[in-house]
Amino acid sequence: MALLVDGVLYERYQETPREHSKIILPMIDELLKEAGVNRQQLDGVAFGRGPGSFVGLRIGAGVAQGIAFALDLPVAPVSTLAAIAQRCYRETGAEQVLAAIDARMQEVYWGMYCLNRDKIMTLQHEEMVCAPEKVMTPKTDDWVGAGSGWSTYAETLEQQVSDRLRKNNGFLLPTAYDIAIIGQALFDQNLEVPAEQAVPVYLRDKVAEKPKRTLHTH
Amino acid sequence: MRVLGIESSCDETGIAVYDGDFGLRAHCIYSQANMHSEYGGVVPELASRDHVRKILPLIQQTLCEANIDKKSLDGVAFTAGPGLVGALMVGASVARSFAWGLGIPALGVNHLEGHLLAPMLEKESPDFPFLCLLVSGGHTQIVLVKEIGRYSLLGESIDDAVGEAFDKTAQLLGLGYPGGPALAHIAERGDPERYRFPRPMLNREGFDFSFSGLKTSVITAYKKLPDEQVEQEKSHIARGFEEAVVETLVTKTQRALEIAQVNRLVVAGGVAANNRLRAAMIRMADESGVKVFFPRLEFCSDNGAMIALAGCLRLTAGQSENLEIRASARWPLMSLQPPA
Repeated sequence: MALLVDGVLYERYQETPREHSKIILPMIDELLKEAGVNRQQLDGVAFGRGPGSFVGLRIGAGVAQGIAFALDLPVAPVSTLAAIAQRCYRETGAEQVLAAIDARMQEVYWGMYCLNRDKIMTLQHEEMVCAPEKVMTPKTDDWVGAGSGWSTYAETLEQQVSDRLRKNNGFLLPTAYDIAIIGQALFDQNLEVPAEQAVPVYLRDKVAEKPKRTLHTH
Repeated sequence: MRVLGIESSCDETGIAVYDGDFGLRAHCIYSQANMHSEYGGVVPELASRDHVRKILPLIQQTLCEANIDKKSLDGVAFTAGPGLVGALMVGASVARSFAWGLGIPALGVNHLEGHLLAPMLEKESPDFPFLCLLVSGGHTQIVLVKEIGRYSLLGESIDDAVGEAFDKTAQLLGLGYPGGPALAHIAERGDPERYRFPRPMLNREGFDFSFSGLKTSVITAYKKLPDEQVEQEKSHIARGFEEAVVETLVTKTQRALEIAQVNRLVVAGGVAANNRLRAAMIRMADESGVKVFFPRLEFCSDNGAMIALAGCLRLTAGQSENLEIRASARWPLMSLQPPA
């Protein structure tokens, strides 16, 4: 959870598997109190739109929708892969980041990010979900790997990117701070969306098999 | 008190505004049934994905139809269980956060309580106490309702819910999913005497039900048919099945009314929309000197109106909850308490 007030950061962070839902609103309350801001003074809501855990994404999207609609605020949907890349830049100065999130089922969510003039990590090509041995690799040198995919599939991904990789930064979670930074940039560029469009981007869209048609001749 | 209700426990997104003084102001339902029918059943992940897309546009539409500004709402009620937990969490997240943004209370409502209070959305509404037969795709229960939050379970299905039996039988007869209403439709043309299926547990004491044996008898009868007779016999089988279900439900309910000594009956839940069941219940009630209440057809299946109503009653009574966003797949009716 992060609150940006004219560039000043207020942040709360808690790693709580399956507990987001319990603490998310109380945390927002506390954070606003600490910053001395009341909810009517908010100008926008940025949220991690995915990819990631489906259930977690929907809680985040639902909360963003509810707050934004109640307070008539615009929403900035921020990629969790971009947030990882942004954090990697913020913490290590890396300007070219290969963000990978462990997507389970022997796959990763994958995106290639470069720093733009406004110091915001920007997607090159497109985000994808695929096996770690099938990720799209960069054609230039000096890339840094970051995200849970880089710890689960360290060997495979390092092999894939091979000498284009400067460093595997390994496990790095997206933070609300970086989501707020990218969100701010989206607002500055008028790339916000209305509350009802605050929906997750799952990347993995094939989640059920249609049964083969059985003829009911009995 | 004016309450927004949000229902997202399964494959319907339901939104409504209920006003404690003026009754139901508006309601909207979006059904995902078409999407799931291709899979032969509700796919939980797809249901959740659809709820998160539809819920806010539907809230906006409902407020617009009610001609109500969101700032004039006094509370938000959402289904917190039982149901598909992923789908429930979508409603819970939006509801709690929306209420937080407006600075009004939000309350998680039990879906089954919503169903059994649904007849109170009508002009002619039952007083407490009453007996409720709750018949849906997930539940078959006979409940004595003393007041809101004070329920006694008299009987329930020990296996399939009655709505499930309807849908499974319909699937067997090639009527697609969810085929309950389609089954009732072809049963109209069927001969009620042609097939006599067992009336499960009718000769046993108590008020429990069992429908899986009935389903097996239907399968057996169906499989015995020569190919060329299948089409013409389908409607008779459907009718025989429906007759067995209706007689079982009516007989057990009648006994429960006698034991509980109440003269008001509510029949609620998706199967309460079945015409033959409604007609048979009205006949039985007339003979027994009992007044029977049904929700209107659209409030038999899942809807936001019943959630808004139940939430309004509890919020008005002063019930409140903290900011935790919670929902549970299981939440027995009997664990409920009256509003504190």
